[in-house]
Amino acid sequence: MNFQTVVFYVLSAILIFASLRVITAKNPVHAALFLVLAFFTSAGHWLLMQAEFLAITLVLVYVGAVMVLFLFVVMMLDVNFEQLREGFWRNLPLAGTVALIMVGEMALILMSPEAQLSHYQAAAPLAADASNVKELGRQLYTTYLLPFELASVVLLVGMVAAIALTMRKRKDNKTVNPGLQVKVRRDDRVRLVKMDAEKKPAQPETADAAEQQA
Amino acid sequence: MNWADLNMIPAAPELFMLSAILLILLVDMCLSDEQRGITYGLSLLTLVGTAAVQLYTYTPYPVYTFSNMFVADPMGDIVKLAMYGTTFLVLVYTRQYVVERDIFKGEYFTLSLFALSGMNFMVSATHFVSLYIGLELLSLSLYALIAMQRDSIPATEAAMKYFVLGALASGLLLYGMSMVYGATGSLFLQDVAKAITGGSANHVLLVFGLVFIVAGLAFKLGAVPFHMWVPDVYQGSSTALAMMIGAAPKLAAFVFVLRILVQGLGPLVADWQGMLVIIAVLSMAIGNITAIAQTNVKRLLAYSTVSHMGFLLLGLIAGTPEGYSAALFYTVIYVLMSLVGFGILLALSRAGFECETLEDLKGLNQRNSWYAFLMLLAMFSMAGIPPLVGFYAKLAVIKAVVDIGLIWLAVVAVVMSLIGAFYYLRVVKYMYFDDKQDNSPIVVRGDMKLVLSVNAIALLVLGALPERLLVLCVEAMKQSLNAL
Repeated sequence: MNFQTVVFYVLSAILIFASLRVITAKNPVHAALFLVLAFFTSAGHWLLMQAEFLAITLVLVYVGAVMVLFLFVVMMLDVNFEQLREGFWRNLPLAGTVALIMVGEMALILMSPEAQLSHYQAAAPLAADASNVKELGRQLYTTYLLPFELASVVLLVGMVAAIALTMRKRKDNKTVNPGLQVKVRRDDRVRLVKMDAEKKPAQPETADAAEQQA
Repeated sequence: MNWADLNMIPAAPELFMLSAILLILLVDMCLSDEQRGITYGLSLLTLVGTAAVQLYTYTPYPVYTFSNMFVADPMGDIVKLAMYGTTFLVLVYTRQYVVERDIFKGEYFTLSLFALSGMNFMVSATHFVSLYIGLELLSLSLYALIAMQRDSIPATEAAMKYFVLGALASGLLLYGMSMVYGATGSLFLQDVAKAITGGSANHVLLVFGLVFIVAGLAFKLGAVPFHMWVPDVYQGSSTALAMMIGAAPKLAAFVFVLRILVQGLGPLVADWQGMLVIIAVLSMAIGNITAIAQTNVKRLLAYSTVSHMGFLLLGLIAGTPEGYSAALFYTVIYVLMSLVGFGILLALSRAGFECETLEDLKGLNQRNSWYAFLMLLAMFSMAGIPPLVGFYAKLAVIKAVVDIGLIWLAVVAVVMSLIGAFYYLRVVKYMYFDDKQDNSPIVVRGDMKLVLSVNAIALLVLGALPERLLVLCVEAMKQSLNAL
């Protein structure tokens, strides 16, 4: 077992622990911080695979931008996550058992000699001056042009969807439209009611008089 | 690849559609709420224009472009044309409904078109990455469309369920793809197929990946045991969206399955055949039997979808070009039938009233005998009663299974479709033999009335003359599969 393998297993252990804590942590802020840890460790995995650019991007974009925003949201909104997760602990034993069985089965298949994983050699190490960024750029704009452009459309859909779902007129908005105000006609505001002019009001005096007579 | 020999003609319809969507987004920004009709008109024009470009760039053989990540072949072209037509119908049918529910916004149209372009790329992709991104483009647009009815709690719940389960299915699919990549060393479908036939790939790893891929695909199709999202999402989302989810995406999902399982993992046919047999039998059984107990028409149609997906898989199980074209035929016909079914529900709904339960259909014949007749056509066709086209669709897939000697599977399919006939006929009974309880008039726009009638009559006409469409499917499938 060489040094890299040891680092790989240590990072993986941290990654699995952090991921589990993301969904089990009671405090949402802790959960978000564990997610940061998970991202950070996966960046470590990428470094081990000599993908420096991806590792740095992951830290910059996810840890630096996305998760910080997420933390802001979690801290600003007063959401009771414990209430949202009602039923989580009740269903955990069953879900956990199923997950464990699946992991066990997958491990059995992948670790069996039939899978011949040892036949897959590690990639040859890159030269010291090999540029990750250059190669990625070249691939993205040539071979992977279609998926790259499509990914931009997916981002556009995300933007359109976010606007469609969040933007709408406030219910308590009391602004008026001057155009409509100018165009108003008398008929819109004044209603003429026709009433009978000779209708007599009730006469309490006569009623009183009748009582006195009785 | 270099820029000079980038051939964009095969992808011209997609590029035209994307440019048109961007234009609609810009135009829509300057429109007031009263002028949304312009966005609606532009969306329909886009569909017609894209179909025209599609027909103009048609080639009778597959053409590859974008470093072989994109293919335009006859099978894809037929499905794409069917999807444009379907989306056109959906937009026409849902217009009045979305106006009444205050979701007649520009985003409703642009997101529908974005979903359509995602489906187009799913249909035309020949690389695992472009397949996956097409799928995500479709799914993301659909999640947002369902959630657009923000004040409705069931719709939000449906969007959430769809989102979480869709993400899970994508995860399964991606994990399977990564295993196939590990075993074959390529993400191109052709190269994957070559590596497997060449025997250089490890069989255990391939089958391991295949299990996850089949599970992910079954999720997307809505086949048992990965079907529970279908009834919940159909019931929760507005009828317009349920219709949209049940129509064009089924066509795209079918080609998606065909590309991955047949064109990419075709040499593993012996391995996936068994898995699909289990899924198909369970889908037909659970779909048809559970539908009997439903009182909500949308839920009933959802379970009927599940059972139809089982029938569709029969064609794939056959593993022969005839079987694949039968499945293609089945999918197109299924979409036509479900459009009529949902179209009637939309016609009967009005502001503040959803036509959802079987009770709402009571005495439809007394209220309006024409709509009752159209619904009757859809139900008889779904049940597979002879003069209607649904019968030929079922016949084609069952014949494909009989041809490879799986007689028992054909028997199961026939028995299940008999059980299914019960709940379709019950809908007819409610419409024709019960007294009406609701006297409100049925108000439908003239254009929808016309299109809906043509749509339903098509079931009858195609039932009388199914040959042309069937031959078209067979030819397209032959041209597209031979190339690999």
